[in-house]
Amino acid sequence: MAIPTIEINEKYCKGCGICVTFCPAKALALENFKAKAIKPEACVKCMQCELRCPDFAIRIS
Amino acid sequence: MSFDYEKYLRPGKLPHIWCPGCGHGIILKGLIRAIDKCRLAKNRTAIVSGIGCASRLPGYVDFNTVHTAHGRAAAFATGMKLADPELTVICVGGDGDGVAIGGNHFIHACRRNIDLTYIIMNNNIYGMTGGQFSPCTPTGAFASTTPYGNPDPVFDIARLAIGAGATFVARTTAYHALQIDKLITEGILHKGMAIIEVVDGCPTSYGRRNKFKSPSDMMTWLKDAAIPVEKTEGMSEKDLEGKIVTGILHRDETRPEYCEQYALLRERAQRKEG
Repeated sequence: MAIPTIEINEKYCKGCGICVTFCPAKALALENFKAKAIKPEACVKCMQCELRCPDFAIRIS
Repeated sequence: MSFDYEKYLRPGKLPHIWCPGCGHGIILKGLIRAIDKCRLAKNRTAIVSGIGCASRLPGYVDFNTVHTAHGRAAAFATGMKLADPELTVICVGGDGDGVAIGGNHFIHACRRNIDLTYIIMNNNIYGMTGGQFSPCTPTGAFASTTPYGNPDPVFDIARLAIGAGATFVARTTAYHALQIDKLITEGILHKGMAIIEVVDGCPTSYGRRNKFKSPSDMMTWLKDAAIPVEKTEGMSEKDLEGKIVTGILHRDETRPEYCEQYALLRERAQRKEG
């Protein structure tokens, strides 16, 4: 299975950390108050981060 | 897969003004997905709001939008719907705007059972004006104007709406992102007044005064406190204390819708005149 692309728009991300908390694969982390995909290969494409990002900052493809 | 929100957003408006971790953005996304599901045309949809954090929502979406006076979303929406009954009119607003300052307009729109969809983003506080307590602030909770805890009992928006005569009443939380668009879709398709209360976290004004250390803590509270209405059978008021009952709480297809009744009245009056 191809590794999903986790696009994070840093201009929109406010670093609330909701995506990091609810990622079941621990693929995301906060770095310098912005979300970052630290382990994209662990992503299971559950879309929980994209659905719950209040800032339109995450896209999974 | 990924949903394309861009086509419904006004270009150049993001990032929005809401604080980090505010659930309003999640509800906005739910609303956009619901509108997309209902295949509503942009120029045949109107989104109306009052004043407040939640009421900033229409500024971001590319529909006919009206940002009105505090608490008056339902009043403006009623006028718009009566003038053009084929228009889909959606009201958005917060708890303070909807059921405190606009409480009167809210109950009377419910009473008339006019075909509106009203999304109330209940974040338990007046966020924009500095964290004053609202009728939805839980008893004992802290706000900038209740430094010793809120002595007031809480307003139950759903029960208020049912009592006032709304014919579709549902509740969910900002955590339950997929349920938001499901319920809003049902609300839009329902003929009559649809109230969708979305319980939401305000990390800045409510959370930090009430031991929620982060936006994630608020989301975890929403996740844990929510209980689907199907599971509440046999539970007492006491068991449900502090819980957020989610799902479709009330649906009545029998009551007549206001615009239809008004059209009949107009027809009758014109026949008499003619």
